[in-house]
Amino acid sequence: MIPALIPMVTGASLTFWICAPLAVLGALGLVLFRKAVYSALSMAFVMLNLAVLYGTMDAPFLVFVQIIVYTGAIMMLFLFVLMLVGIDTPDSVIETLRGQRWLAALAALGTVGLLFFGIGGSVRSGPFAGLTEANAIGNVEGIASLVFGRYVFIFELTSALLITAALAAMVLAHRTRVTEKIGQRLQAAQRMRDYAETGAHPGPLPASGVFAGHNSIAVPALLPDGSVAESSVSRTLVLRGAALDPEDLRSMTADRFAAIEGVKEEEGDE
Amino acid sequence: MTNPENVLMLAGVLFTIGALGVMLRRNALVAFMCVELMLNAANLALVTGSTMNGGLDGQVASFFVMVVAAAEVVVGLAIIMTIYRTRRTTSVDDANLLKL
Amino acid sequence: MNLLETLSHTVPATGMFANAWWMIAAPLLVAAFLLLAGRVADAWGHFVAVAAVVFSFSIAACLFGEMLGRGAEERAVESTLYTWFSVGTWTFDVGLQIDQLSILFAMLITGVGSLIHIYSIGYMAHDERRRRFFAYLNLFVAAMLTLVLANNYLILFVGWEGVGLASYLLISFFQHKKSAADAGVKAFVMNRVGDFGMLLAIFTMLAMFGSSKFSVVNAGVPEMPAIWATLLGVFLLLGACGKSAQVPLQAWLLDAMEGPTPVSALIHAATMVTAGVYLVVRSHVVYEHSMIAQTAVVVVGTVTLLAGAWIGTSQDDIKKVLAGSTMSQIGYMMLAAGIGPAGYAFAIFHLLTHGFFKANMFLGAGSVMHGMHDDVNMRNYGALAKVMRYTYWTFFCGYIAIIGFPLTAGYFSKDHIIEAAFHYNVVIGLCALIGAGVTAFYMTRLMFMTFWGKQRWQPGVHPHESPKVMTLPLVVLAALSIVAGALMNWWIQTWLEPAAGNHPHEVSLIPTPIGLLAIAVVAAGVATGWYFFGRGDIPKVAPASKNPFTLVGRNVLYGDQLNDAVIVQPTYALAAASDATDRHAIDGLFDGLAHGFGGLSTQVRKLQTGYARSYALTMTAGVVVTAVVLILAHLA
Repeated sequence: MIPALIPMVTGASLTFWICAPLAVLGALGLVLFRKAVYSALSMAFVMLNLAVLYGTMDAPFLVFVQIIVYTGAIMMLFLFVLMLVGIDTPDSVIETLRGQRWLAALAALGTVGLLFFGIGGSVRSGPFAGLTEANAIGNVEGIASLVFGRYVFIFELTSALLITAALAAMVLAHRTRVTEKIGQRLQAAQRMRDYAETGAHPGPLPASGVFAGHNSIAVPALLPDGSVAESSVSRTLVLRGAALDPEDLRSMTADRFAAIEGVKEEEGDE
Repeated sequence: MTNPENVLMLAGVLFTIGALGVMLRRNALVAFMCVELMLNAANLALVTGSTMNGGLDGQVASFFVMVVAAAEVVVGLAIIMTIYRTRRTTSVDDANLLKL
Repeated sequence: MNLLETLSHTVPATGMFANAWWMIAAPLLVAAFLLLAGRVADAWGHFVAVAAVVFSFSIAACLFGEMLGRGAEERAVESTLYTWFSVGTWTFDVGLQIDQLSILFAMLITGVGSLIHIYSIGYMAHDERRRRFFAYLNLFVAAMLTLVLANNYLILFVGWEGVGLASYLLISFFQHKKSAADAGVKAFVMNRVGDFGMLLAIFTMLAMFGSSKFSVVNAGVPEMPAIWATLLGVFLLLGACGKSAQVPLQAWLLDAMEGPTPVSALIHAATMVTAGVYLVVRSHVVYEHSMIAQTAVVVVGTVTLLAGAWIGTSQDDIKKVLAGSTMSQIGYMMLAAGIGPAGYAFAIFHLLTHGFFKANMFLGAGSVMHGMHDDVNMRNYGALAKVMRYTYWTFFCGYIAIIGFPLTAGYFSKDHIIEAAFHYNVVIGLCALIGAGVTAFYMTRLMFMTFWGKQRWQPGVHPHESPKVMTLPLVVLAALSIVAGALMNWWIQTWLEPAAGNHPHEVSLIPTPIGLLAIAVVAAGVATGWYFFGRGDIPKVAPASKNPFTLVGRNVLYGDQLNDAVIVQPTYALAAASDATDRHAIDGLFDGLAHGFGGLSTQVRKLQTGYARSYALTMTAGVVVTAVVLILAHLA
């Protein structure tokens, strides 16, 4: 009775009906978020959903390739570049080209209508051939036999393409020095000159302070006269308020010494 | 098994959303990501086709598309980086000199 | 045998006739030689030219004598010299037809031409371009002979154009004078209008008959529809009007007097201007088949004879008076030729006699000008009879011939025409009669102003008689002016009958009633002339007059103004309109098209915005459209 009430639903179709809306939502998020990094993460989300869909369609190899290559490599590349370019800046909503919005909507409507009509007209519904026999020797082996068999030429060309892409990246990212690179000798000479002219310290920066209980970079060093050496701690930390105060550290030592003195006096008195 | 027609329609919808994004977003990186979305939609359609026809050729094609998309992303991002370095902008609307 | 058989019956050329083409070749070759020889021939070139024309005259005379000896059926000789060219099924030959009509013309041209050549030796003695002058004169003689001796209209037209060219060259001979150059151009251009008519006639003949030979045309005209015969007649008449200075193409003749006087004598009195009459008589078969064309010829002739006489009464330039007189006399000839078979012989008769006495008078005028330092104004003449005796007496012979004094040449020829005119139509006859009276009037006026009365010479002018080389031709021509009429009167009609198809009339010495009337009218004209110009003084300056007849006559019937208003101004307007159409409509169309395309491209290039996103939009839209089209095509 109960089995009769529950409609026959396969795991694949269930998966589809969960992943498909999520993928669409992710795609909409990609297009509509104002911050670029949110779009990137939506994109990754879509790709993961697609990987799941590949899984339901008997393409296990592609599942992993999708996650590893697309989501793992390509989206990460996107995020690196976003980081360099500026993560936080939101894009403006104002459309600068006249009529672009609704014309784009019209074109998109046309495209989707075309695709639906085309798909609907060309696909014959009904039982379709599954991939059970294709995957008989295993999906990876099947794909491998095709890649290295019928499509080996394309495979070779694709490898050439990848090499070319790597070269292109190197060439494009290469910066041509417009000024001469300053060597060690010149740098040292420059330092001495600065010291002679302005009295800037030619040596390295002093290390941060080493106290009994603390020696992190947030701890400033003390000069011989007891004042704080300001160049011993990063200015960023100071501005952030993360640099520790030596007085507090000294007070801790003073308290300890006072405590020890106290114990010594007690023992001296007995 | 899922009805392949539905999957193909999903691919169509994703493709259209990607096209819409290319036409509407001004940030070069987001537009590029929309192009990747369109490629993914195509991949989905290819894989569906392979299930429909019972051969692995669709999956092999999808695999190659992924490889090419990877190469394309490399070069495209390098270009965007270069443009950003010289012009300090990532808006596609700022590269508009190819006009009469 | 009937008319048609007579007309087309020609015998082939034998003996002397086979060498007839030398008549044309000799002057032509000499003309070419004199033009090419250069200054080396300046001293003796003119003698060679005179010899060439005399040679042609001798051949003509021999041929004439030969023809006189033959029977009437064997007088017309045709010889084909060579084939000029052939187009399709048409073949055009160069051939000569020496018959009774053309031999008379040939004799006139070469005879009077020889006399004028001899006269010119004296007249042009002091001109440094004398060699060229004689070359042009020879060219003219050759062309005119081609005109009258041709056996088809096309070769006739070659001669026609040749005389037009020679006329142009000779009128503007004094090329340093702008008036002479303009006169030459005017003559040529107005002749061209006539040539247009001539060409249309030849085209019609070729289209209808496939050949323009006289024999073929004469045989074919009776078969033609009447409308074509009329058109042919009208076209030929247009050509004749141009060449013979008939109304409406008469305005060039008076200006043509800018040329040297021998030119006026030869070309514009005796020969070229008579080519129109020759054409009409030669084409008489055409006119006999079209009443309308015949009437047109008569009307043209009548109007011109009155117009020419009118002009002659008011001009002070002696040569212009004679030019007006020429126009009028040729009007008589056209009138006679238009009357029909009754008048052809009289037209030719008058043509010959007119050739003699008009050439005589023109050469006389030249002699007077020679003595008066090239002054042409009759108001500066007077009392020259005593000083230039030969010139006076020869001119007097021409004077009495032209007014038609009994028994002179003009009496016979003109009276026949007046009589024939009366038989044709009383109004035409009256006009001819009035014309005779006016002729007498203005010729008497000329005599009184030039030779009689008191002298009005300019200071420093000592008139003297001309040298013998000039007066000898005058004497010969004067003699012909007197006797030629009597010699030809009883002979010419039967002589011309085979060639011109005229019907011979009875002629006798006893004047008919119309003849007596004509004599009376002439006497009245002479009396009127004496009345106005014989008594009292002739003023030095033409007196101001309110008389409309005088004013119109002095202004040459306002011919130039009429031509300007009717032809020249509309042509200018047409040219301006064409220019405007070309510039604004046609160029405007193309410029407009180009601007349209430019504007279109200005709009279309707005698609190139430079934004990648709009290009993406275009691409997407394009994909959708293309796919829709393909799908629809696939479904269809």
